[in-house]
Amino acid sequence: MHEYSLVEALVTRVEAEARKRGALAVHRLSVRVGELSGVDPELFQTAYETFRAGTLCADVPLTLTRVAASWSCPRCKTPIARGAILRCPACDAPGKLDDGSDALTLDRIEMEVP
Amino acid sequence: MCTTCGCGDTELVPVELHEKILAGNDRAARHNREHFLESGVLALNLMGSPGAGKTAVLEATAKAAASKGWKLGAVSADLATDNDARRLQKAGIPSKAITTGQACHLDAELVHRSLHDFPWQQTDVFFIENVGNLVCPAIYDLGQAANVVVLSVTEGEDKPLKYPVMFNAADLVLLTKCDLVPHLDVELAKVHDALARVMPRPRVIEVSARSGQGMDAWVAWLEELRDGIGLGAAAHAHSHAHEHSHDHAHGAEHHAHVHSHAHAHDGGHAHDGADHHGHSHAGGGKHDHEH
Repeated sequence: MHEYSLVEALVTRVEAEARKRGALAVHRLSVRVGELSGVDPELFQTAYETFRAGTLCADVPLTLTRVAASWSCPRCKTPIARGAILRCPACDAPGKLDDGSDALTLDRIEMEVP
Repeated sequence: MCTTCGCGDTELVPVELHEKILAGNDRAARHNREHFLESGVLALNLMGSPGAGKTAVLEATAKAAASKGWKLGAVSADLATDNDARRLQKAGIPSKAITTGQACHLDAELVHRSLHDFPWQQTDVFFIENVGNLVCPAIYDLGQAANVVVLSVTEGEDKPLKYPVMFNAADLVLLTKCDLVPHLDVELAKVHDALARVMPRPRVIEVSARSGQGMDAWVAWLEELRDGIGLGAAAHAHSHAHEHSHDHAHGAEHHAHVHSHAHAHDGGHAHDGADHHGHSHAGGGKHDHEH
């Protein structure tokens, strides 16, 4: 259950950004969760809803965007089939994880500024 | 203020950050990594299920690496008890327990704090034995030079497929308890196959802490890694006095750099068990780049 410590880091970051910009309120958070990020999106959502009480994010909805994991060849870009050996079927180079597959990023904060 | 007419209404602005949620941990990890490199310490993050054999491998490492003359050290994390640290201490590895309470993983800050009253600077190889858990520790960079995942042959051939995040983060997999293979219905080829489906460059060493099988290959891997990040014989800069002879002839050709990408060079080898050779890479860089 490391989701709680991640949510804590998220809320702390949002509060810092809101302070920096003198925000009156925060309206929405958008977070991207890659399939290989090591985070279960539903657990993350639940952890957020529990943890946000009493913080600046108390009434702020969280939008999670899931990104499926995929691998491809770094040389010839040939995609590697899901579940296959992680080598390029065309040129045998070791595969590379595509962008976003392991992402756990705070993409956007919508906030109300004076 | 509303910029259309200046009426004084508040404005709703989207602030684009695209920032890693673990950015804070990664900063702390970079700090740890700098400390380790400056002090000439090879730090390793040892992860695996509870009971996979993390502590036993370290106990056996003390014996297997004795001829290298390295000073070993360890911090060992568990939710409760300092049993593992005491076991390591007994095996000749100065150790300290990190009791995490309810926390299921170590983070860079916890490791940093644990270093404050432990003479880690005097070690050559420093093991961070993580909490026994195949899930949560995987995503926390601690400042290690490489991640070593311990997987025992009793855990099931498809375990890598079930925990892809952990094995994807591994620079090396130590397949432990191999002395038990004759007593089990386990096909090691299937374990290697599963690893090749979650690791683009699977590096596996089959070991047994009990029989000593594979321990030389593991020690050689450690030595290669030390050389690769400039901590080998030629770059032996730190000042602690201990007697050892470096019997390997290489060293001068190694440069003190850390690869900022994971596994820069690939020998083209498949997962071929204990018989590994060749290149070394500092896998800690894996956490420093965007995939």
